[in-house]
Amino acid sequence: MGEAVVVTSGKGGVGKTTTTANIGTALAQLGKKVCMVDTDIGLRNLDLVMGLENRIIFDLVDVIEGNCKLHQAMIKDKRFDDALYLLPAAQTKDKSAVTPEQMEELINQLKTDFDFVLIDCPAGIEQGFKNAVAGADKAIVVTTPEISSIRDADRVIGLLEREEMEAMYLVVNRIRPHMTRTGDMLDVDDVVAMLSVDPIGYVPDDEEVIKHLNLKEPVAMNHEAKAGIAYRNIARRILGDSVPFLNMEEPEGFFKKVKRLFGIR
Amino acid sequence: MAKVKQNVVIKGTKEGLVFHLDDTCSFEQLLEELREKIEKSHQQILTGPVISIVVKLGMRYVSASQEQQIREILKRRGNLVVKTIESDVMLKEEALRDKLASQMRVYTRTVRSGQVIRHEGDLLLLGDINSGALVMCTGNIFVLGSLRGTAHAGCEGNKQCIIAAHEMLPTQVRIAGIINPVPDGQESEEMARMGFAYIANGRLAIEKMNQLHKIRPELGRFVI
Repeated sequence: MGEAVVVTSGKGGVGKTTTTANIGTALAQLGKKVCMVDTDIGLRNLDLVMGLENRIIFDLVDVIEGNCKLHQAMIKDKRFDDALYLLPAAQTKDKSAVTPEQMEELINQLKTDFDFVLIDCPAGIEQGFKNAVAGADKAIVVTTPEISSIRDADRVIGLLEREEMEAMYLVVNRIRPHMTRTGDMLDVDDVVAMLSVDPIGYVPDDEEVIKHLNLKEPVAMNHEAKAGIAYRNIARRILGDSVPFLNMEEPEGFFKKVKRLFGIR
Repeated sequence: MAKVKQNVVIKGTKEGLVFHLDDTCSFEQLLEELREKIEKSHQQILTGPVISIVVKLGMRYVSASQEQQIREILKRRGNLVVKTIESDVMLKEEALRDKLASQMRVYTRTVRSGQVIRHEGDLLLLGDINSGALVMCTGNIFVLGSLRGTAHAGCEGNKQCIIAAHEMLPTQVRIAGIINPVPDGQESEEMARMGFAYIANGRLAIEKMNQLHKIRPELGRFVI
């Protein structure tokens, strides 16, 4: 019996789908059998991020309505031989096509076959959110160091507390180290203090993420990129390893070192 | 001649007159005698300068309309100003309400965005109030954490209430009906420390915690 983890944030555009795709990929790389479920019915994206959009025949709504078998709708990611699957959302329907009870049943069914079921939650706190969290055991809350996304994350955490999740983790995404250093961006510690939820990962704002979106392969597959390392570390922490948090500082250049030597900032 | 028991006894004190109303006779009898004394027998005492009056009902419970009747009678003398009408007894529900209002409720949680806490009486919160959250209570609010959201103390109109927090960074504080958005810049920097909000001259003010005993000394009386 695997565990179901919902990736949610409240606010849109903070990186739920990217986080789902990368954690899924990283867990698969670590040898776990993972299924990613896109619950953003009507606005699906996870298939694109994974580069699996051209292989969709059936979707989540088809499964729930009984138009196909569950295994028919699952798309295997061939890059990770039999370790990573995607259950795509329907693009033509909307969130009301599914009820939380149906979702819970579906997720429970998936949990028997997979080590991890990652649920990509839509933005907002309405029907789509309720569907996504219905079957989840744990939650990963994604936020950026911006007050608007922190407040939305806070709201979502409040709602998740009522759902009685086993555990809740915080991912602080899109951190710009040089901006936090100058005080123009909230520090990760401030974010964590405000939300009082255990952090499971800090992901820097990395251009590689955008590059990899266009390459249609998650940045976690890149062993050089900082964001990729951050996501792989999150996956390891989910598995229970204690991995120190990434040092966000960029290495000091030669000129900076010389300048510092002479006391010039 | 046997001494007739008086149902209404009027006594003078430094502050004014005290009317002791008997609590064993019927209410009609009481009104009758009060009317008699006010209108006829005690004319001399009851004319002249303005006198404040305290009415003591003893163990008699009077409803709002009965209290009104007593006031009506006393009002017939223009110089009598009724200060209070006191009774030694009260309804159970009133007692309960008073009890709740005097009790401090302790919450240990973080109040998150979109969540609302309402409470009768004082509230001690061992946690944060986050931005977007609302805490309302009829008494004082004490936060042993950061106040970043909205807090509304004395929401039924008690202007003596305060809002105290370990870290004062509220979106908004309200006491009774007075709302004050939090000032920006230097002052909010000043406020970030432990402090409390209160009403001074009809406006909200924020002070450091060590000033509390000067501004609201009566708060120290509370027994939890």
